[in-house]
Amino acid sequence: MLLSDLKIQEKAEIKAIRVSGRQGRRLLDLGFIPGTIIKAIRKSPLGDPVAYRIKGTVLALRKEETDLIEIRRIE
Amino acid sequence: MALYADSLALNLLRKNFNISNDDNKPIIALAGNPNTGKSTIFNGLTGLRQHTGNWPGKTVGRAEGYFKYKEEEFLIIDLPGTYSLLANSTEELIARDFICFARPDLTLVVADATNLERNLNLVLQVLELSTNTILVLNLLDEARRKGIKIDVKKLEACLQVPVIPAVAREGLGLEEIKKTCYQISKEKIKIKGFKITYSREIEEKIEELIPLLKRKLPFLQKRINWRWLALRLLEGDKTILVSINTYYPIYQERVNIFQKGEVQLDGFNQVWLK
Repeated sequence: MLLSDLKIQEKAEIKAIRVSGRQGRRLLDLGFIPGTIIKAIRKSPLGDPVAYRIKGTVLALRKEETDLIEIRRIE
Repeated sequence: MALYADSLALNLLRKNFNISNDDNKPIIALAGNPNTGKSTIFNGLTGLRQHTGNWPGKTVGRAEGYFKYKEEEFLIIDLPGTYSLLANSTEELIARDFICFARPDLTLVVADATNLERNLNLVLQVLELSTNTILVLNLLDEARRKGIKIDVKKLEACLQVPVIPAVAREGLGLEEIKKTCYQISKEKIKIKGFKITYSREIEEKIEELIPLLKRKLPFLQKRINWRWLALRLLEGDKTILVSINTYYPIYQERVNIFQKGEVQLDGFNQVWLK
């Protein structure tokens, strides 16, 4: 399952980042690290980007990025 | 004499960052994530003895100022707030190049105590680049309100750097920061600095790469942290090569052999994917 499949108010655990190099490094720097719990908070009016709560901060990602993040949904 | 030539060359290099420090004051870089109260600390330390402007050639604001402890005066440079030092944006590039090439005598990293985990990423990156680092745990009052307790002694032991709790808004911790800077500049405290050990695979590649770098780029001897440079190249980060060319323009030919990917060793980034 990808982060882009996560619905608003749902929680998930990050399993892997499917990109290397600078883009991957950037995601890691922002706190998108395997094992971290993430929650989808809200959508922008057009549905993209989506805001997520991660490690105590809210960050918005576009679909291009959320398609690169593998997750496991948690109840 | 050699020492004198060395400090002269360093001052010349620091001019690239608009720093004139002919009287050789200790230089302190102030780093930290955005919204950690970095500027409050900067203002608290320098008071009105500061001036603001831009980084050379960049539309990123910068502030520098002075503070004094006992007889020693320090020059402190406020770096842009960043989550990382890995040059994903102009701000990160400035912060990285400053610590890497202008080689401040000391780096203060300000962390938000309410959100320590997120902030420690930058702390570890700074430590990887330069050992002389102090961690300032700011916003401790807010952390307390949120019920967060931080074991400062233990954090100090883990990171092997001085950790100073602070509430910059109320001026708490500022004296301690000044005092610690002074003690370090007088070599009364020696900082060990925690260093990350990577997997065996990566450590072996680092070991392979360092002698190669030393041989090909001898002009960087004592001017760069070889291990850190090796890590950047293994990561495929070419921005560091561009920066070396900027600050050591006469050696471009030697630097550019690394551009061609001669040392591109696949697999580093894969480690994160598991």
